[in-house]
Amino acid sequence: MAYSEKVLDHYEHPRNVGSFGKEEEGIATGMVGAPACGDVMKLQIKVGKDGVIEDAKFKTYGCGSAIASSSLVTEWVKGKTLDQALEIKNTQIAEELALPPVKIHCSILAEDAIKAAVADYKKKHGE
Amino acid sequence: MAAPNLDFNANHFKLFGLPENFRLDADTLDKRFREIQAQVHPDKFAHAGDAERRLSLQWATHVNEAYQTLRTPLPRAQYLLHLSGSDTELHSNTSMAPEFLMEQMEWREAVEEARQGREYDELEQLHFRVKQEMKGHYDQLARLLDDSRDYAQAADLVRRLMFLEKLLFEIDEALAALEA
Repeated sequence: MAYSEKVLDHYEHPRNVGSFGKEEEGIATGMVGAPACGDVMKLQIKVGKDGVIEDAKFKTYGCGSAIASSSLVTEWVKGKTLDQALEIKNTQIAEELALPPVKIHCSILAEDAIKAAVADYKKKHGE
Repeated sequence: MAAPNLDFNANHFKLFGLPENFRLDADTLDKRFREIQAQVHPDKFAHAGDAERRLSLQWATHVNEAYQTLRTPLPRAQYLLHLSGSDTELHSNTSMAPEFLMEQMEWREAVEEARQGREYDELEQLHFRVKQEMKGHYDQLARLLDDSRDYAQAADLVRRLMFLEKLLFEIDEALAALEA
Protein backbone atom coordinates (compact mmCIF):
# COMPACT_ATOMS: atom_id res chain seq x y z
CA MET A 1 0.00 0.00 0.00
CA ALA A 2 1.25 3.48 -0.82
CA TYR A 3 1.55 5.81 2.13
CA SER A 4 0.70 9.47 1.72
CA GLU A 5 3.54 12.01 1.82
CA LYS A 6 2.46 13.23 5.23
CA VAL A 7 2.47 9.71 6.67
CA LEU A 8 5.94 9.11 5.25
CA ASP A 9 7.18 12.41 6.65
CA HIS A 10 5.98 11.56 10.18
CA TYR A 11 7.16 7.97 9.83
CA GLU A 12 10.65 8.94 8.72
CA HIS A 13 10.94 11.95 11.03
CA PRO A 14 8.67 11.16 13.96
CA ARG A 15 8.13 14.13 16.29
CA ASN A 16 8.44 13.87 20.05
CA VAL A 17 9.45 10.22 20.39
CA GLY A 18 10.26 8.98 23.88
CA SER A 19 9.11 9.24 27.47
CA PHE A 20 9.21 11.87 30.20
CA GLY A 21 11.22 11.25 33.34
CA LYS A 22 9.24 9.65 36.16
CA GLU A 23 10.04 12.54 38.52
CA GLU A 24 8.76 15.26 36.21
CA GLU A 25 5.62 17.08 37.29
CA GLY A 26 2.28 17.21 35.51
CA ILE A 27 2.87 14.03 33.51
CA ALA A 28 0.02 11.76 32.50
CA THR A 29 0.16 8.63 30.37
CA GLY A 30 -2.32 7.06 27.98
CA MET A 31 -1.74 3.47 26.91
CA VAL A 32 -3.88 1.94 24.20
CA GLY A 33 -3.65 -1.04 21.89
CA ALA A 34 -5.38 -2.27 18.75
CA PRO A 35 -6.03 -6.01 18.93
CA ALA A 36 -6.76 -6.22 15.18
CA CYS A 37 -3.14 -5.47 14.31
CA GLY A 38 -1.34 -5.85 17.65
CA ASP A 39 -0.24 -2.20 17.69
CA VAL A 40 0.64 -0.64 21.03
CA MET A 41 0.70 3.12 21.61
CA LYS A 42 1.85 5.19 24.58
CA LEU A 43 1.09 8.90 24.67
CA GLN A 44 2.36 11.13 27.46
CA ILE A 45 1.34 14.71 28.11
CA LYS A 46 3.01 17.28 30.34
CA VAL A 47 0.42 19.65 31.75
CA GLY A 48 1.36 23.05 33.17
CA LYS A 49 -0.17 24.65 36.27
CA ASP A 50 -2.50 26.65 34.03
CA GLY A 51 -3.99 23.39 32.70
CA VAL A 52 -2.39 23.78 29.28
CA ILE A 53 -0.48 20.90 27.67
CA GLU A 54 3.13 22.11 27.44
CA ASP A 55 4.69 19.08 25.84
CA ALA A 56 3.86 15.58 24.62
CA LYS A 57 5.81 12.42 23.84
CA PHE A 58 4.89 9.11 22.27
CA LYS A 59 6.13 5.62 21.72
CA THR A 60 4.31 3.43 19.23
CA TYR A 61 4.95 -0.09 18.06
CA GLY A 62 2.93 -0.50 14.92
CA CYS A 63 2.66 0.28 11.24
CA GLY A 64 3.62 3.55 9.55
CA SER A 65 0.10 4.94 9.86
CA ALA A 66 -0.02 4.25 13.61
CA ILE A 67 3.36 5.95 14.12
CA ALA A 68 2.33 8.91 11.96
CA SER A 69 -1.01 9.27 13.77
CA SER A 70 0.63 9.37 17.20
CA SER A 71 3.43 11.64 16.02
CA LEU A 72 0.86 14.05 14.61
CA VAL A 73 -1.24 14.19 17.78
CA THR A 74 1.80 15.01 19.93
CA GLU A 75 2.13 18.15 17.78
CA TRP A 76 -1.56 18.91 17.87
CA VAL A 77 -2.11 18.64 21.64
CA LYS A 78 0.67 21.08 22.51
CA GLY A 79 -0.70 24.44 23.61
CA LYS A 80 -4.19 23.03 24.08
CA THR A 81 -6.14 22.74 27.31
CA LEU A 82 -7.25 19.24 28.30
CA ASP A 83 -10.77 19.90 27.07
CA GLN A 84 -9.49 21.24 23.76
CA ALA A 85 -7.29 18.15 23.37
CA LEU A 86 -10.35 15.96 23.87
CA GLU A 87 -11.95 17.65 20.87
CA ILE A 88 -9.40 16.14 18.50
CA LYS A 89 -11.28 13.56 16.45
CA ASN A 90 -9.93 10.58 14.60
CA THR A 91 -11.53 11.86 11.40
CA GLN A 92 -9.32 14.98 11.56
CA ILE A 93 -6.23 12.82 11.98
CA ALA A 94 -7.25 10.51 9.14
CA GLU A 95 -7.97 13.49 6.91
CA GLU A 96 -4.69 15.28 7.69
CA LEU A 97 -2.69 12.12 6.95
CA ALA A 98 -4.91 10.98 4.04
CA LEU A 99 -5.28 7.56 5.62
CA PRO A 100 -6.97 4.89 3.50
CA PRO A 101 -10.08 3.17 4.98
CA VAL A 102 -8.11 0.10 6.17
CA LYS A 103 -5.90 2.38 8.30
CA ILE A 104 -8.66 4.38 9.96
CA HIS A 105 -8.22 2.27 13.11
CA CYS A 106 -4.74 3.83 13.53
CA SER A 107 -6.33 7.27 13.83
CA ILE A 108 -8.93 5.88 16.27
CA LEU A 109 -6.06 4.50 18.33
CA ALA A 110 -4.42 7.95 18.45
CA GLU A 111 -7.69 9.62 19.49
CA ASP A 112 -8.19 7.01 22.21
CA ALA A 113 -4.61 7.58 23.39
CA ILE A 114 -5.36 11.28 23.96
CA LYS A 115 -8.53 10.38 25.88
CA ALA A 116 -6.62 7.85 27.98
CA ALA A 117 -3.85 10.35 28.79
CA VAL A 118 -6.34 13.06 29.78
CA ALA A 119 -8.30 10.55 31.89
CA ASP A 120 -5.04 9.56 33.60
CA TYR A 121 -4.25 13.21 34.33
CA LYS A 122 -7.71 13.85 35.77
CA LYS A 123 -7.49 10.71 37.89
CA LYS A 124 -4.08 11.70 39.28
CA HIS A 125 -5.18 15.25 39.97
CA GLY A 126 -8.56 14.37 41.40
CA GLU A 127 -10.74 16.19 38.91
CA MET B 1 -23.68 -29.45 -9.54
CA ALA B 2 -20.06 -29.54 -8.61
CA ALA B 3 -20.68 -31.11 -5.26
CA PRO B 4 -24.27 -32.16 -4.66
CA ASN B 5 -23.76 -33.24 -1.06
CA LEU B 6 -22.13 -29.98 0.06
CA ASP B 7 -24.02 -27.08 1.58
CA PHE B 8 -22.70 -23.54 1.13
CA ASN B 9 -24.55 -22.40 4.23
CA ALA B 10 -23.17 -25.06 6.52
CA ASN B 11 -20.72 -23.71 9.08
CA HIS B 12 -17.07 -24.64 8.69
CA PHE B 13 -17.20 -27.38 11.33
CA LYS B 14 -20.19 -29.06 9.73
CA LEU B 15 -18.53 -28.77 6.33
CA PHE B 16 -15.68 -30.96 7.58
CA GLY B 17 -17.91 -33.10 9.80
CA LEU B 18 -16.21 -31.96 12.99
CA PRO B 19 -17.68 -31.05 16.39
CA GLU B 20 -17.90 -27.31 17.11
CA ASN B 21 -15.00 -27.25 19.52
CA PHE B 22 -11.77 -25.34 19.93
CA ARG B 23 -9.95 -28.61 20.68
CA LEU B 24 -9.59 -30.06 17.24
CA ASP B 25 -8.52 -33.32 15.62
CA ALA B 26 -6.11 -31.80 13.10
CA ASP B 27 -5.51 -35.10 11.27
CA THR B 28 -9.21 -35.54 10.60
CA LEU B 29 -9.48 -31.93 9.45
CA ASP B 30 -6.56 -32.43 7.03
CA LYS B 31 -8.04 -35.68 5.71
CA ARG B 32 -11.56 -34.28 5.18
CA PHE B 33 -10.11 -31.15 3.58
CA ARG B 34 -8.21 -33.21 1.03
CA GLU B 35 -11.30 -35.33 0.29
CA ILE B 36 -13.57 -32.35 -0.32
CA GLN B 37 -10.86 -30.49 -2.21
CA ALA B 38 -10.52 -33.42 -4.61
CA GLN B 39 -14.29 -33.40 -5.09
CA VAL B 40 -14.58 -29.72 -5.99
CA HIS B 41 -11.20 -29.01 -7.61
CA PRO B 42 -11.60 -26.83 -10.73
CA ASP B 43 -9.33 -29.18 -12.71
CA LYS B 44 -12.10 -31.76 -12.55
CA PHE B 45 -14.45 -29.36 -14.26
CA ALA B 46 -12.13 -28.17 -17.02
CA HIS B 47 -14.49 -29.58 -19.63
CA ALA B 48 -17.75 -28.82 -17.86
CA GLY B 49 -20.10 -25.94 -18.69
CA ASP B 50 -19.47 -22.33 -17.56
CA ALA B 51 -21.90 -22.47 -14.66
CA GLU B 52 -20.41 -25.65 -13.27
CA ARG B 53 -16.88 -24.37 -13.65
CA ARG B 54 -17.77 -21.20 -11.80
CA LEU B 55 -19.47 -23.13 -9.04
CA SER B 56 -16.50 -25.45 -8.60
CA LEU B 57 -14.18 -22.45 -8.32
CA GLN B 58 -16.43 -20.87 -5.70
CA TRP B 59 -16.46 -24.11 -3.78
CA ALA B 60 -12.72 -24.57 -3.96
CA THR B 61 -12.22 -21.05 -2.58
CA HIS B 62 -14.82 -21.54 0.14
CA VAL B 63 -13.38 -24.88 1.28
CA ASN B 64 -9.88 -23.43 1.32
CA GLU B 65 -10.95 -20.47 3.46
CA ALA B 66 -12.89 -22.72 5.82
CA TYR B 67 -9.84 -24.96 6.20
CA GLN B 68 -7.45 -22.06 6.90
CA THR B 69 -9.88 -20.67 9.48
CA LEU B 70 -10.15 -23.92 11.40
CA ARG B 71 -6.53 -25.02 11.08
CA THR B 72 -4.97 -22.03 12.88
CA PRO B 73 -5.94 -21.68 16.56
CA LEU B 74 -6.61 -17.94 16.77
CA PRO B 75 -8.86 -17.68 13.68
CA ARG B 76 -10.60 -20.86 14.91
CA ALA B 77 -11.32 -19.26 18.28
CA GLN B 78 -12.58 -16.11 16.56
CA TYR B 79 -14.82 -18.20 14.36
CA LEU B 80 -16.28 -20.04 17.36
CA LEU B 81 -16.98 -16.70 19.04
CA HIS B 82 -18.62 -15.53 15.84
CA LEU B 83 -20.83 -18.66 15.80
CA SER B 84 -21.77 -18.05 19.43
CA GLY B 85 -22.90 -14.56 18.46
CA SER B 86 -20.29 -12.75 20.57
CA ASP B 87 -18.28 -9.81 19.32
CA THR B 88 -14.51 -9.95 19.71
CA GLU B 89 -14.36 -6.13 19.28
CA LEU B 90 -11.01 -6.47 17.56
CA HIS B 91 -11.42 -3.13 15.83
CA SER B 92 -13.23 -1.13 18.46
CA ASN B 93 -11.80 -2.22 21.79
CA THR B 94 -8.60 -0.23 22.36
CA SER B 95 -8.77 -0.13 26.14
CA MET B 96 -6.95 -3.29 27.14
CA ALA B 97 -5.94 -3.62 30.79
CA PRO B 98 -3.17 -1.05 31.42
CA GLU B 99 -0.85 -3.66 33.00
CA PHE B 100 -1.24 -5.83 29.93
CA LEU B 101 -0.43 -2.95 27.56
CA MET B 102 2.51 -1.89 29.75
CA GLU B 103 3.85 -5.42 29.57
CA GLN B 104 3.38 -5.50 25.80
CA MET B 105 5.27 -2.21 25.53
CA GLU B 106 8.13 -3.66 27.59
CA TRP B 107 8.26 -6.81 25.47
CA ARG B 108 8.39 -4.75 22.28
CA GLU B 109 11.15 -2.53 23.71
CA ALA B 110 13.15 -5.63 24.66
CA VAL B 111 12.77 -6.99 21.12
CA GLU B 112 13.82 -3.68 19.62
CA GLU B 113 16.91 -3.48 21.86
CA ALA B 114 17.92 -7.07 21.14
CA ARG B 115 17.43 -6.51 17.44
CA GLN B 116 19.55 -3.38 17.40
CA GLY B 117 22.21 -5.00 19.58
CA ARG B 118 22.16 -8.10 17.35
CA GLU B 119 21.63 -10.26 20.43
CA TYR B 120 20.57 -13.53 18.89
CA ASP B 121 20.45 -15.48 22.16
CA GLU B 122 18.34 -12.80 23.80
CA LEU B 123 15.85 -12.94 20.91
CA GLU B 124 15.67 -16.73 21.17
CA GLN B 125 14.99 -16.38 24.89
CA LEU B 126 12.22 -13.89 24.16
CA HIS B 127 10.77 -16.24 21.54
CA PHE B 128 10.73 -19.06 24.08
CA ARG B 129 9.11 -16.97 26.81
CA VAL B 130 6.40 -15.58 24.53
CA LYS B 131 5.69 -19.10 23.21
CA GLN B 132 5.31 -20.37 26.77
CA GLU B 133 2.91 -17.59 27.66
CA MET B 134 0.88 -18.23 24.51
CA LYS B 135 0.69 -21.95 25.23
CA GLY B 136 -0.85 -21.19 28.62
CA HIS B 137 -3.32 -18.80 27.00
CA TYR B 138 -4.35 -21.29 24.32
CA ASP B 139 -4.91 -24.00 26.95
CA GLN B 140 -7.10 -21.60 28.89
CA LEU B 141 -8.92 -20.61 25.70
CA ALA B 142 -9.81 -24.27 25.10
CA ARG B 143 -11.27 -24.47 28.62
CA LEU B 144 -13.24 -21.24 28.20
CA LEU B 145 -14.63 -22.13 24.77
CA ASP B 146 -15.24 -25.86 25.14
CA ASP B 147 -15.86 -26.41 28.85
CA SER B 148 -17.19 -23.33 30.64
CA ARG B 149 -18.44 -21.60 27.45
CA ASP B 150 -17.49 -18.24 28.90
CA TYR B 151 -17.44 -16.26 25.68
CA ALA B 152 -16.77 -12.83 27.22
CA GLN B 153 -13.60 -14.12 28.90
CA ALA B 154 -12.65 -15.99 25.74
CA ALA B 155 -13.02 -12.80 23.68
CA ASP B 156 -10.71 -10.97 26.08
CA LEU B 157 -8.15 -13.74 25.79
CA VAL B 158 -8.42 -13.68 21.99
CA ARG B 159 -7.65 -9.95 22.05
CA ARG B 160 -4.58 -10.60 24.24
CA LEU B 161 -3.42 -13.37 21.93
CA MET B 162 -3.65 -11.04 18.93
CA PHE B 163 -0.94 -8.91 20.58
CA LEU B 164 1.16 -11.93 21.51
CA GLU B 165 0.94 -13.36 17.98
CA LYS B 166 2.12 -10.01 16.63
CA LEU B 167 4.91 -9.91 19.22
CA LEU B 168 6.06 -13.40 18.25
CA PHE B 169 5.98 -12.39 14.59
CA GLU B 170 8.22 -9.40 15.40
CA ILE B 171 10.68 -11.61 17.30
CA ASP B 172 10.83 -14.16 14.51
CA GLU B 173 11.34 -11.42 11.97
CA ALA B 174 14.22 -10.02 14.03
CA LEU B 175 15.74 -13.51 14.26
CA ALA B 176 15.39 -14.00 10.50
CA ALA B 177 17.04 -10.62 9.89
CA LEU B 178 20.04 -11.66 12.00
CA GLU B 179 20.31 -15.00 10.21
CA ALA B 180 20.27 -13.38 6.79
